[in-house]
Amino acid sequence: MTRPLGDDRQDSSIEPLGDGALLVRIGERIDASLNRRALAISNLLGNAKLAGVTDVSAAYASVCVHYDLGAWADPANVQSPYERIADSIAELIRSAKGESVSGSAQAGREGEGPGLAGLPEPLEIPVCYGADYGADLETVAEHAGIDPNEVIVRHTGGTYQVAMLGFMPGFAYLLGLDPMLHTPRRATPRTHVPAGSVAIGGAQTGIYPRELPGGWQLIGRTPLELFNPARAQPALLVPGQSVRFRAMDPDEFVRLSLS
Amino acid sequence: MSMRVLAPGLLTSFQDRGRRGQAANGVGTAGAMDPIALRIANALVGNPDDAAALEITLRGPRLQVQRDCVLALAGADLDARSGGEPLPNWRPLLVRGGSEIDTGIARAGARAYLAVRGGFDIVPVLASRSTDVNAHLGPLGGRVLAGGDELPIGTSGRDDFERMLGKLPPNSARRGAKGSIVAARWSVDPSPWFEPDPAVPVCVQRGRHFGQLDEHSQTALFDSEFRIGVQSNRVGYRLEGPALALRTPLELISEGVVPGTVQLPPGGQAIVLMAEAPTTGGYPRIAQVAEVDRSRLAQRKPGDRLRFVEISLAEAQSRYLERERALRALFQTIHEHLRH
Repeated sequence: MTRPLGDDRQDSSIEPLGDGALLVRIGERIDASLNRRALAISNLLGNAKLAGVTDVSAAYASVCVHYDLGAWADPANVQSPYERIADSIAELIRSAKGESVSGSAQAGREGEGPGLAGLPEPLEIPVCYGADYGADLETVAEHAGIDPNEVIVRHTGGTYQVAMLGFMPGFAYLLGLDPMLHTPRRATPRTHVPAGSVAIGGAQTGIYPRELPGGWQLIGRTPLELFNPARAQPALLVPGQSVRFRAMDPDEFVRLSLS
Repeated sequence: MSMRVLAPGLLTSFQDRGRRGQAANGVGTAGAMDPIALRIANALVGNPDDAAALEITLRGPRLQVQRDCVLALAGADLDARSGGEPLPNWRPLLVRGGSEIDTGIARAGARAYLAVRGGFDIVPVLASRSTDVNAHLGPLGGRVLAGGDELPIGTSGRDDFERMLGKLPPNSARRGAKGSIVAARWSVDPSPWFEPDPAVPVCVQRGRHFGQLDEHSQTALFDSEFRIGVQSNRVGYRLEGPALALRTPLELISEGVVPGTVQLPPGGQAIVLMAEAPTTGGYPRIAQVAEVDRSRLAQRKPGDRLRFVEISLAEAQSRYLERERALRALFQTIHEHLRH
């Protein structure tokens, strides 16, 4: 059922996800270059306007495609709708010119290839760190064996890439967390994590778009609205976008919250 | 023109066929748990296939209609009443203005749909009128119905409506005690579309990580009886039964999941994702419920039994297409009944 993609990457494949969706898998690791390739393939398939395709989205190293199998049914053909659409997608990816799609690119180059054109501008996210805003800042500092201020310096020093959205509307998983700040999840998840909380879960970092239960370590909060279905682009963060954090004081947090 | 909520019922929400094309924003499809019952309820009142209806869960709402309207109930077998008279399911009902409807409790099945001719006139959120209760997204700010809500009803073209009233004359139909309800003489036979018997197995395909279950668990998935746990909702059903285990633990990264995906968290009790499945998940995927059997599963409630039987992807797709053909034929028949 799972089929190799037929390019030069051994671990690329297409596999069914139930009878109305499939996954294109590029790899099984959290890795910036695999993610760039997933985003490029997601854009390629999204722009291809394949018949019956209702949704295309990238995860860390895979692309999920939802399709109406009625559009791929052909009584005269012995192939199943899945086999037919999987063939078409494999062919599209093989024949795509962009190196970020074909997988032959050297890993690690920034945002190249046709699939990543038209990304929004890098975003700066103001964060109020510690105390009432990030209850676990001390925990992260202790785990790293550094001062809480050093956690803030390191967290604001990095450039992050939005790898994917998932879990909840507007929840973005970011790549690029300083390895020093990797901190295991809390043993007991909180029942209420405030909206805008900037959090660390293992090697991952993200921002809670609204009040939710959650087990990640909370280091700060942003007043920015991460998700609003009334906006033309409902999610503030877009896959592929680059993000930096800026430290601010509680006064500015309150001011920005009111504006 | 609207409908007033006198009592909201256990968990009543607006649902349509779901929200498409928003996975990249982390937004799942939501939509009806039993999309087939939803579509039949809409067809019975002459609505388009993608109109929104009320999804009723186990205990339905009490409603008051402001003016004459045409309704239909499909899905779980509700003992719905108006003015003491039973309201039969699976057929169009003409309800007079001012009447009170108690949609009652589900005698069999778990979810029913109340469709009203003209649909509910509510603003779509991200191109859908379905409610993602868990994500707080959709009509009514993403919440379930509450007492006192006014639910606006759309217009279906006045001529249409008048003609429909004409097609349901009092002398050819069952009449309510106070003359407030007129039910069509014909109805849809629910048996091909509604299966509340928990003894009937649910078809699943093997998931990507099925082969990584230990030998005992591979057998147990198909030979054991599971029970739907109390902590089950529109997001997912927690299964109680024999603990399932992988040969060796897997560290997975998040990938796409869909309604029907059966995940195995470390505790060994599987979770079947339902209509409000998140867009991504990081647990091993041991199975996938065939789309044709999603409605069957949606009609089970906490405490009900559940058995799985294996189906190939090709067979699942072919049965899905077959059911779509049968459904279109049914819609055609209903359409002709509404016209004649």
